[in-house]
Amino acid sequence: MSLLVRVRRKAFDEKPVLEGLEFDLGEREIVALVGPSGCGKTTLLKIIGGLDSDYDGTIGWPDGRAPRIGTIFQEPRLLPWRTVRQNLTLVLPPHAHAAAEELLQHLGLWSFRDNFPPTLSLGMARRVAIARAFAIAPELVLLDEPFVSLDPEMAQRSRDVLLEAWRERATSVLLVTHDPVGAAALADRILVLSPRPARIVATIEVPPAQRRGDRATALQVAAQLEVAVGRHLAQG
Amino acid sequence: MLSLLGFFVLWEVVARLIGSPLLPPASAVLAAIARETASGALPENLAITMARVIVAFVIAMVLGTVLGLAMGVWRRVDVALDSWVTVLLNLPAVVVIVLMYVWFGMNEFAAVAAVALNKLPSTAVTVREGARALDHDLLEMARSFGMRRWPVIRHVVLPQIYPYLFAAARSGLAIIWKIVLVVELLGRSNGVGFEIQVYFQLFDVTGILAYTLAFILVVQLIEWGLLQPLERRASRWRR
Repeated sequence: MSLLVRVRRKAFDEKPVLEGLEFDLGEREIVALVGPSGCGKTTLLKIIGGLDSDYDGTIGWPDGRAPRIGTIFQEPRLLPWRTVRQNLTLVLPPHAHAAAEELLQHLGLWSFRDNFPPTLSLGMARRVAIARAFAIAPELVLLDEPFVSLDPEMAQRSRDVLLEAWRERATSVLLVTHDPVGAAALADRILVLSPRPARIVATIEVPPAQRRGDRATALQVAAQLEVAVGRHLAQG
Repeated sequence: MLSLLGFFVLWEVVARLIGSPLLPPASAVLAAIARETASGALPENLAITMARVIVAFVIAMVLGTVLGLAMGVWRRVDVALDSWVTVLLNLPAVVVIVLMYVWFGMNEFAAVAAVALNKLPSTAVTVREGARALDHDLLEMARSFGMRRWPVIRHVVLPQIYPYLFAAARSGLAIIWKIVLVVELLGRSNGVGFEIQVYFQLFDVTGILAYTLAFILVVQLIEWGLLQPLERRASRWRR
């Protein structure tokens, strides 16, 4: 069953930000939305995440039910005055607590469970944020520019942690970024967005053999992406 | 500690050199404290004053925090109440006290309300600053995970307000100590303020200083024993 994203129109003060943005998200599929900065990606994420309901369209399962969503923000967004474990148990509903403890162990965070977030490294804090998103047994995980401001090695490690959680807890993932290589390293499918008002201008299926490979493969896929974008621009 | 001891020694020496009843030596004041404590008058009046302080403080802090949060979060509340808060903030304490006594009679309610009213606006203004500085990213995170209202207030909002609350509590106690004595002096027949008035009429500086000293001691004990440990606890997550 696919999750349907249908954003017909979203405007701020009559100025359209998103227009005719429609796509499906398959079960366990990782889709990346790539677009220039300021094209409305964050707005789209807020709409899908249920934080903004002032738009024309629908998001949900074919039967209309809203999906359960775990969001991983650009920054870890942990409560600094609560311990790592409390950041999961106080924020998440009770049904997620057992999964949260399991994920803490799995992602190598168990010995830091009583630490306050300011004592964690950024990579560690991101891992907590990943555990938090996956612990609620999400049907969809949203990621907003998750690996910007990380050096390549750290970005790679964060990706590995994300994929580990993803493999373990079957869920669809929607990733929003302006970094083609980061998108290529994770996604099954990449949707290219235009500048405002954002529409989908190209779709790239990453061949199964090239999915989630090493950095060289990701660079290859990203190159295809650039070609597709170039072709679109040439067509005007 | 050493500066305190030095102060008492200096006080004793200077007072003995001057030899005036308007500046009794430290030893005489300490003796007066002992005498008043033994008779039970000092502990009783101190307890009465403390009770007024606590009730007025709690009322002012709770109402001020609710008001400040509302003003910081909702613009319309802020617009509606801002001028009133400014008026109250600038109203001389004595005016509020006298009006409360005139309107509500010389009773306990008027006394405590007058003290609380004097403190309320500054708490509201301080907490409003805190509410305006709330981290919207964290609130958005809480909303995205479906946190309910009360847990959000308790775990996301209040911890961000604590530094402002402590600042308000500190300055609040300072104001309330001062005002409660004036309130007692003007319209109550017991409490430290009333006793000071009695000694004032007798021109008994020893008595005045004895009550003042005992009062200062209690205030310091609250600062060391209550406020500072609480503040340490609330900020233990900071590295």
